[in-house]
Amino acid sequence: MKNNVYLYILVMATVTYLIRMLPLTLIRKEIKSITIRSFLYYVPYVTLAVMTFPAIISATGSPWSGLTSFIAAVLLAYYGASLFKVSVGACLVVFILEMIV
Amino acid sequence: MSCNKGWFAKGLKDGVPIALGYFAVAFTLGIAARNAGLTAFQAAFMSLTNVTSAGEFAGIGLIASGAAYIEMAAMQLVINLRYCLMSCTLSQKLDSKLPFLHRLLVAYGVTDEIFAISAAAEGKLNPYYTYGAACVAVPGWTIGTYLGVVLGNVMPDRLLSAMSVALYGMFIAIIIPPVRKDKIIAGLIVVSMIASSLFTYLPILRDISPGFRIIILTIVIAGIAAVLFPIETESEQEKQGSPKTG
Repeated sequence: MKNNVYLYILVMATVTYLIRMLPLTLIRKEIKSITIRSFLYYVPYVTLAVMTFPAIISATGSPWSGLTSFIAAVLLAYYGASLFKVSVGACLVVFILEMIV
Repeated sequence: MSCNKGWFAKGLKDGVPIALGYFAVAFTLGIAARNAGLTAFQAAFMSLTNVTSAGEFAGIGLIASGAAYIEMAAMQLVINLRYCLMSCTLSQKLDSKLPFLHRLLVAYGVTDEIFAISAAAEGKLNPYYTYGAACVAVPGWTIGTYLGVVLGNVMPDRLLSAMSVALYGMFIAIIIPPVRKDKIIAGLIVVSMIASSLFTYLPILRDISPGFRIIILTIVIAGIAAVLFPIETESEQEKQGSPKTG
C-alpha cells in the first residue's frame, strides 16, 4: 500500500528547512576565530567550484558542448561580463554548438 | 528603506539567470515526478516547499518505492547537509542585530544558487537581496516542475540541454572575477575542480554520493586553505555595500 504523498513532502520540507534554518538562527554572534572566519570565507568558492566541474561537462547533450561552454563562461567572467551575460552566454554556446554538430 | 528596495531590485535581476536554469532542471524533475505517479499539483507543491534539486529527485524515487517516512527524513538529511555549511557562512554575512524573523526567511532561500549570489554580495548581506532573488527563482523552479509533469517530453531536448548550463554559468560568474586579484582563490578553484574530477571518475571515490562529495571536499579544501592562508579581519567587510547596478 502506498503512503501519503503529502506526508512525504512534509517530511522532506521539514528536514530540509531545519538544515537551512538552524545554523542561521543558532549562530547569531560574529565568530571571532580567524581560522573559522577564513574557513567560512573560502566555503563558497570551493563548494561552487566542486559543483560546477566536472558536472557541467555531463549536463549537456555532448561533453564537447559542455566543455566549450565552461571555457566560454570562464573567459566571459574573467573579462568582466555580468552574471546574466555569463549565464546566458554559456547557454548560447551550447545551443549553437549542438545546432551545428 | 530605499536601500532595501534597491537590494530587492538587484535580487530580482540576479534571480533571472537562476530562474532560467531552475526552469530547465525543474522541467526534468517534473518528468521524473510524472513517471513516479505524482500529480502536477503534488510535484509543484514539493518544489515550492523544498526548493532543492538533488533532494527532490531522491525524494521522488523514495515515494515511488513506498519507503518509510524515517528513511525519507534520513535521505534528505544526508543529501541536503551541504546547506548547513552554506547557512553557517550566511550566518556571518548577516548583521548580528538583524531581527530574528529575517533569519527564518533567509533560511528558506538557502539553495546552492541563491546562496551563491548572497554570499558574493559585497559587505554584509541585506536580506532583501536574497528575497528578491527567491521571488524570481522559486516561481521558475515551481512552475518548471508543474509544466514538466503536464507537458512531459514536449520541450525540445536541445533547448533543455542549452538551459541546463545556466546555473553552472552563474556559479562561474561568481567565483571567477575575484581570481583577477586573488591568487589564493584562483588556486583554490583549480584544486577544487581537480579534486572534484578525481571524486567523479576514480573507482571507489566515485561511489561517494554527490552530496557527500561536496561536503567532504569543501571541509577539507576550505579547511586547509583557512589554516594556510588565514584572512585578516578587514573593517571593509563590516560595512554593508550599496547595490551596484549593471
